[in-house]
Amino acid sequence: MKREWKILLEIFWIFFKLSPAAFGGGHVLFPLIEKEIVDKRKWLKMEDVADLLSLSQSVPGAIAINSATFVGQRISGIKGSIVALIGISFPTFFIVLFLGSSLHIFMDHSHTVEAAFISIRASILALIISTAIKVGKVALIDKTTFGIIVFGVLINFFLHPIFTILLGAFSGMILIIIKEKLGYKNKFSRAA
Amino acid sequence: MEYWELFKTFFMIGLFSFGAVPVIELKAVKYGWMTTQQFSDIFVVAGMSPGPIAANSAILVGYSVAGTPGAIISLFAMILPSLILVMIIATLFQYLNHYKVVKSMFYGLRPIVTSLIIYAAIKFTLLNNVIRTNISWHTLSLLLIFGLSLVALLKLHWHPVYVIILSGLVGITLYS
Repeated sequence: MKREWKILLEIFWIFFKLSPAAFGGGHVLFPLIEKEIVDKRKWLKMEDVADLLSLSQSVPGAIAINSATFVGQRISGIKGSIVALIGISFPTFFIVLFLGSSLHIFMDHSHTVEAAFISIRASILALIISTAIKVGKVALIDKTTFGIIVFGVLINFFLHPIFTILLGAFSGMILIIIKEKLGYKNKFSRAA
Repeated sequence: MEYWELFKTFFMIGLFSFGAVPVIELKAVKYGWMTTQQFSDIFVVAGMSPGPIAANSAILVGYSVAGTPGAIISLFAMILPSLILVMIIATLFQYLNHYKVVKSMFYGLRPIVTSLIIYAAIKFTLLNNVIRTNISWHTLSLLLIFGLSLVALLKLHWHPVYVIILSGLVGITLYS
């Protein structure tokens, strides 16, 4: 019982801490989650986190909030998901209200803030690309999956993400069936 | 009454929208909560703050309509549908995880999510002018910051938070 509370508190603290850092959208949260949950605490495997990221894009709502909820759920059930959700929402809630009520102070220093952000944006791009590389390593199993990645990038310019996601799940099922009919041995993941 | 209207509105937005900012603006103006001009001020603050812009806008609209309780109710209503759906899907996933159909779905899903992230990187680059075509000191310095951040993240395994903080300090020194 005591141990469970300790873990819940730790989940809350992790997402509380990471929340203000998730500037460039939900994809930036992924390397942060990986660092805290996979590297440091070894609660989940890299592959689990990649799957949870896939799932969190298929649910309405912000990716950052969804992935926190999924990860919390996976670590310690419903309690974990609620704790993670509160943890990720809490800091930004206060930051938003603070900025909203003291916008003029902020605007007086807008040059400094803007200067910082010119550089931060380049780093956020690096974060997004490092996410792509890490998730890509989990996803890239064979030539077929490489094909799906390339094709996926192209169709993203024309389709809403929810349709690309559905298309991805569907094509996974179809391609596995086709490959089996053709007599290939299917691998579902790198480890297997 | 305002509380209930805020809850209802943001619950529906949270439930049905992927990327909900224009819908929030539409509803806020329709209910007479604020003018388009006021909303665009809110949008600036929501974009500057960390966290999802849609959730941030919900907080600020709620605050301006009914103070702190309004802000709490709006955020809660906005994330409640995600919480419910995530719990349902996560529970299903745990039970169905070992089935071959689900495994083959993820065989296709993982590369698609990779492609979505690559697409997000492309869109981010285009929207923020991170990389420009003309070669100048500015462009080169940004490329250098980008490259060093990538090395720090992938090779040196720095914590991403430190990369962001350090990058901000570098930006203040270089560009202000």
